[in-house]
Amino acid sequence: MRWSEGMAEGGGRRSRTIALMCLAAVSMAAIAQSQPSPAPRYTVVLDAAHGGDDAGGHSGTPSGTPDGYWAEKDTTLAMSVRLRSLLAARGIAVVTTREDDTNVDRVRRDELANHANAQACITLHASLSGRGVHLFTSPLAPAQPARMQPWSTAQAPWVNRSLALAGVMNSALQHAGLNVTLGRTALPVVDSMACPAIAIEMSPEGGASSASGHSPVDSLNDAGYQARVADAIAAAIVEWRSSGSGAGAGQP
Amino acid sequence: MIPRYQTVLFVVLLAASVIMTALLWRQLDRAHQRMLEGQNSAPTQAPLVAPAEPATLMVASDGDGSLQPRVLSLPLPSLEANPGARARAILGRLLDLYAAPDSAHPVPGGARSVEQVFLLPEPPRGSDLPAAAARDSQTGPELAVVNLSGSFAANHPSGIETETLTLMSICATLHANLPRIESVRFLVDGQQRDTLAGHADLTRTYLTSQNVPAEEVTR
Repeated sequence: MRWSEGMAEGGGRRSRTIALMCLAAVSMAAIAQSQPSPAPRYTVVLDAAHGGDDAGGHSGTPSGTPDGYWAEKDTTLAMSVRLRSLLAARGIAVVTTREDDTNVDRVRRDELANHANAQACITLHASLSGRGVHLFTSPLAPAQPARMQPWSTAQAPWVNRSLALAGVMNSALQHAGLNVTLGRTALPVVDSMACPAIAIEMSPEGGASSASGHSPVDSLNDAGYQARVADAIAAAIVEWRSSGSGAGAGQP
Repeated sequence: MIPRYQTVLFVVLLAASVIMTALLWRQLDRAHQRMLEGQNSAPTQAPLVAPAEPATLMVASDGDGSLQPRVLSLPLPSLEANPGARARAILGRLLDLYAAPDSAHPVPGGARSVEQVFLLPEPPRGSDLPAAAARDSQTGPELAVVNLSGSFAANHPSGIETETLTLMSICATLHANLPRIESVRFLVDGQQRDTLAGHADLTRTYLTSQNVPAEEVTR
């Protein structure tokens, strides 16, 4: 019958088409397997704390004399921009939580950090109190990684690596001649980060009552001091990468 | 000719004025008498003065991020009768040190920054038996709830280290003087607050056993 012959002819053409498509798919898979997979990017998250209507620590009033006003959000953003340039020049991918004077929600900061699958997450702060640079890690007790980790304690499986990162950072800052204080404190932003995470707080180099005559505000606004701290942090991250600590990104 | 109703109204108003004047005069005289009686009243009972006792204050220092014990002799309420008032008095003295001009950890506010300290028995862990709860309420660990004033939080210097030191020194001071206190929670004006001054988390329970002072590493 003509109808059945047409059906048989159409069925054969369809079978050949399907066979060709399968062959093409298998070839592409083979080609993909033969090519080496790209090396995972070494990523660092920089979180400039505060921003927008959240000035953080501040001194004076914005409407007063410009020289006397200081806001933590400005110093953290300036340090984030400096560090981003220094790290990018060393071939390190940088994810920042803010690029301008905007207030980013705390949860959004953690979402950005956790999606980046980063080898180091650094939250930047500044304060007129204290002296030198303060390094803080989460006080959470180390925990075994689990498939479902609570958001508020996502840092727990990473605490040991965060302490190791703080140690590397401490060495680099000391090498730069800076006074360093190590501590552990509960910061919700750090506690929810699923990566080696530390908070770095920059304080006046000589303390609140500097013998050099510089006020704490002058010290924090000093471009030379900011550059020294940023250089030391960048050197620490390079050291952290070269030590192989970034090999297990995404795994505590 | 004055209408009759106006005459009546005038008489009524005049009578009301006279009565009000008399009442005012009488009230004034009574107030004067009360004031004279108050001036003449002599104390009939001597005020209670608590004996001075040694108290250990864990004093913070911003320079090196440390807590240093300092023993002072303070008049304190009895531990058995009112442990909450005793804890409040000790913390008040600690915050007075921070409010002093030469403080190594300057925080304005002073003693009035601690509004209340409540001590509660911690629920027994691993057991929900009422007997265990009753025993623990006498000898078991306690949770201290420290209610700070809103002005203290508003005027506290902002920074991770300075805020952490304030909380750690409060926790460590409470534990040093009332060893049953093993955990501390903070309120501000009776309400839970996210952070002390933008950094240190006030939503969590602080364990006094975790009060490890920051380690200073100098060049």
